[in-house]
Amino acid sequence: MAEVLVLVDHVEGKVRKTTSELLTIARRLGEPSAVFVGAGFETAKETLARFGAEKVYRVESPEVLEHLVVPQAELLAQLVAKVTPAAVLVPASPEGKEIAARLAVKTESGLITDAVDVQAGEGGGVATTQSVFAGSYTVSATVTKGTPIVAVKPNSAAPQEVAGAAADEILDFTASEAAKGAQIIESKPKAATGRPELTEAAIVVSGGRGTGGDFSKVEDFADSLGAAVGASRAAVDAGWYPHTSQVGQTGKQVSPQLYVACGISGAIQHRAGMQTSKTIVAVNKDNEAPIFELVDFGVVGDLFTVLPQATEAIKAAKD
Amino acid sequence: MNIVVCVKYVPDAQAERTFNASDNTTDRENVDGLLSELDEYAVEEALKIVEAGEGEVTVLTVGPDQAADAIKKALQMGADKGVHVSDPAIHGSDALATSLVLAEAIKKLGAESPVDLVVTGMASTDGTMGVVPTMLAERLGLPAVTFASELSVEGGAGGTATIRRDGDASTQTVTASLPALVSVTDQINEPRYPSFKGIMAAKKKPVESWALADLGLEASQVGLEAAWTKVESFDARPPRTQGEIVTDEGDGGTRLAEFLSARKFV
Ligand SMILES: Cc1cc2nc3c(=O)[nH]c(=O)nc-3n(C[C@H](O)[C@H](O)[C@H](O)COP(=O)(O)OP(=O)(O)OC[C@H]3O[C@@H](n4cnc5c(N)ncnc54)[C@H](O)[C@@H]3O)c2cc1C
Ligand SMILES: Nc1ncnc2c1ncn2[C@@H]1O[C@H](COP(=O)(O)O)[C@@H](O)[C@H]1O
Repeated sequence: MAEVLVLVDHVEGKVRKTTSELLTIARRLGEPSAVFVGAGFETAKETLARFGAEKVYRVESPEVLEHLVVPQAELLAQLVAKVTPAAVLVPASPEGKEIAARLAVKTESGLITDAVDVQAGEGGGVATTQSVFAGSYTVSATVTKGTPIVAVKPNSAAPQEVAGAAADEILDFTASEAAKGAQIIESKPKAATGRPELTEAAIVVSGGRGTGGDFSKVEDFADSLGAAVGASRAAVDAGWYPHTSQVGQTGKQVSPQLYVACGISGAIQHRAGMQTSKTIVAVNKDNEAPIFELVDFGVVGDLFTVLPQATEAIKAAKD
Repeated sequence: MNIVVCVKYVPDAQAERTFNASDNTTDRENVDGLLSELDEYAVEEALKIVEAGEGEVTVLTVGPDQAADAIKKALQMGADKGVHVSDPAIHGSDALATSLVLAEAIKKLGAESPVDLVVTGMASTDGTMGVVPTMLAERLGLPAVTFASELSVEGGAGGTATIRRDGDASTQTVTASLPALVSVTDQINEPRYPSFKGIMAAKKKPVESWALADLGLEASQVGLEAAWTKVESFDARPPRTQGEIVTDEGDGGTRLAEFLSARKFV
């Protein structure tokens, strides 16, 4: 069976959930081989084995991470030539998509980005599903040339535990001079919030301009549900919440089980990032806010009274 | 400083966007289009660089006849000249083919006078792939500093481009020597509106029209037939049906909690 390469997404060996999803998808297409770049392999190994990686290709040279994107694309291109995989799967993060874009040009292969499902295609290859035009259409696509390269969104598969050998092989790799063009000269880690990752969370609670800059009620409500906190662009532009928490066309596209929009009007660009959520709830004091067109349940009211009351009721129900 | 800004003409996100049933490509003819809003940030950033120093801004688009509107808007904002690559064979091109056409057009411009900086948006508002800039850099052999939320260009043509890039795990500072490609996010600036003077001046600015043959490309290298991916089918997602809306009369929060409990989220 052909190998399927999965680029591992991790921080110092702590493997992100998207990687276990990709390994699960890889198993549908062939034999999963993880590609691990950076420090922390000993930590990562257990998770990779648990989700079925048969092999782990890895490089130890730090230069791969000192330069933006290109060395990782070169590494994957080298591996594609070496093992002729059935497909290459990367996370659909900005960086993952860029690596995929370079790899596609280098290997003359078709690229599909932002897939929400990947299955084995008829007669080999892959059959992908994407959600387009702000979630208003679903598109099925295939790759017709080269090695299928697919950037897969978080939550596209339920991770399945299948023991794999995770046999590691250290690759001999040096980045080309050209790959060193864009140099990362400083990297400031973000402070941890203790909340789930926005794109991975089962529940997302977002606040907008209606918070007036006070996110405390939104955060308390989110914490009562174990949810991630998101924000509209208006809230981000006002400096009330970090840009990395923005939900929408130019922020994160999330597709959780439950999305709660608080003090958010529901502009098309915001919808583009949350419209495919399973259940949608809104709290807004304007009964004509467009967000109400999408909701399974809506409360017309002031978030500063509705949310605290809901938070107390949820806490009471849990006790 | 010679800057090329790549801008895309896209169907208006506020309109009913759809596909051509005959070949599963995006319908670009029957839907009103405009300069992709995210590319306005790229135009603005290029103008700021030139205004702070010296140089020229060329806007480049690959698209159907109507795409001339995207160039016009950028010229009204203040860009100096435009290049419109249009050819019936380009219809249905995927990101890989689009990046090929853009790359050849930039090489042609560079043969006239060297291009120091290529600026693009972070993603188009229709395809939203966000991969054309990186593919373009790969094809041109340029370093790419992407998703810039801040950009500073120092030392003129032979200088450097340094950006701030906001990631989930960290905020990075990334630098590259020119010539380079930069893609910018909507955090980077506040695009200007064309002034009356700008609108009048744009009428006199030169716009070149190039076909594939002008770039030394064959029809077989682009378009639907040459695409490396294929859309097999598309389906409109059923519209969401509105659920229950309650007005808070002192019990809104309680009712919200009840809904969430009933749906097993608590
Ligand atoms: C190129 C481009 C890209 C964009 N990308 C994004 C994106 O990725 N994400 C995004 O979100 N937006 C994006 N936008 C912006 C988008 O168009 C809207 O401007 C934005 O989503 C509005 O945010 P909001 O809903 O918080 O604010 P508003 O539209 O001002 O809505 C605030 C809402 O809060 C309600 N409210 C006020 N006070 C209270 C209260 N006390 N209790 C309850 N409700 C209250 C009001 O009734 C109102 O409905 C983009 C725009 C452009 C041009
Ligand atoms: N047809 C095109 N003509 C000119 N520039 C384009 C075209 N398509 C994409 N671009 C540029 O590439 C960026 C990202 O587009 P995309 O990868 O399609 O999301 C856009 O913001 C533009 O700057």
